Amino acid sequence: MERHISVPFDKETAKELRSGDYIFLTGTIYTARDAAHKRMYEALEAGDELPIELAGAMIYYMGPSPAREGRPIGSAGPTTSSRMDKYAPKLLDLGQSGMIGKGKRSEEVRQALIRNDAVYLAAVGGAGALLSKSIVKSEVVAYDDLGTEAIRRLEVKNFPVIVVIDTEGNNLYETAIAEYALNQNEN
Amino acid sequence: MMRTIHVDEVIQNVKEMCIEANHFLSADMKAALLDAKASEKSPLGRQILEQLDDNLRIASEDMIPICQDTGMAVVFAEVGQEVFVEGGLLTDAINEGVRRGYVEGFLRKSVVKDPLIRENTKDNTPAVIHYNIVAGDKIKLTLAPKGFGSENMSRVFMLKPADGIEGVKNAVLTAVKDAGPNACPPMVVGVGIGGTFEKCAIMAKQALARPVDCRSVIPYVKEMEEELLARINESGIGPGGLGGSTTALAVNINTYPTHIAGLPVAVNICCHVNRHCVREL
Repeated sequence: MERHISVPFDKETAKELRSGDYIFLTGTIYTARDAAHKRMYEALEAGDELPIELAGAMIYYMGPSPAREGRPIGSAGPTTSSRMDKYAPKLLDLGQSGMIGKGKRSEEVRQALIRNDAVYLAAVGGAGALLSKSIVKSEVVAYDDLGTEAIRRLEVKNFPVIVVIDTEGNNLYETAIAEYALNQNEN
Repeated sequence: MMRTIHVDEVIQNVKEMCIEANHFLSADMKAALLDAKASEKSPLGRQILEQLDDNLRIASEDMIPICQDTGMAVVFAEVGQEVFVEGGLLTDAINEGVRRGYVEGFLRKSVVKDPLIRENTKDNTPAVIHYNIVAGDKIKLTLAPKGFGSENMSRVFMLKPADGIEGVKNAVLTAVKDAGPNACPPMVVGVGIGGTFEKCAIMAKQALARPVDCRSVIPYVKEMEEELLARINESGIGPGGLGGSTTALAVNINTYPTHIAGLPVAVNICCHVNRHCVREL
């Protein structure tokens, strides 16, 4: 099913999303990848404040290429999510509404998604030029010294993603792959 | 007779190759993606392949890198032994070309100075350079920016001779299955069989730079390439790892003599943005 959704969204909206849904996001999301996650995690361990309000935030695992003149951002596709598995459960427990990335997640992350009514969304890996067209504004809001790994606030318009893990823990990577592996064995 | 090549020519060409490779996919890769779109069984898979097609068009028309991970620059330099390099060191020239290409070409700087201290070098240098001394008076450069989503899913298996061809096939299928959605399928699978621990890994990387529509000239290797591609595409992983019949576009295998006691196998996985650019100076 294809649908248009505003971000950030609340838990009620998250619960309506089903593994396999193709959705278009419009609104505000934040970028963070390896180095920003490590820094946020260390800040929490030290009892410090985070540089962004996590409650309700949708985090995009992405580090863009530099923008050419007159453009908001360069190429902007997802990076591999599993590298953030170590940090994700803690951030979800603090209210993050979900994340956009690509690739498999750990069981700990899946459980954290279920217990927080959060969702894991995938953007198509390696489609950074296309995805950049759905980003209308980009602004570094924290950790500027990390360069491409800084935390950015993005305004997105009709940003295409697929729901991989929904609030019940259904996982499209498992169900869809099994479906096509099975079909082919039957043929 | 020695032929002289000035380092400035190397710098300029490497710079242009970095920019070209990151914005324009080679014709063989584009054709393979189009074929995949026609044969893919999953509707979502076809939709993803359609997005990848649009992505390539936008990248080349608007000069936005195909993927934001513009890679670590891997360079294969085949240097003719009748070439004299003038004006400096060849290695410095290649790195200067990479520096200018990534800085002036708006490419992402993804290289850190130390693997554990992890401070960005801010110009994507150094490149990983593999030299080979060959006959002749030319320098052939192959530049392959390598993204790390797929690089991280690559493997080396030190098999035993008794594992034989079935052992090799299982190693490749295991690596691909474990990579799954993480490696941005449809992928290209580069395999190196034989040599030593490091030789098989370099061969696997070199195999990725071979056009995807070009099979091995060794009959049994060609058969293995075709069989493995078919079996990989039966895995169900599909485009984006979201299910389907297109998991890989090609399996390219290179081989080399090895030791009586060993059967090294390296599997270097590349995503659908399998970039390479070749120039002869």
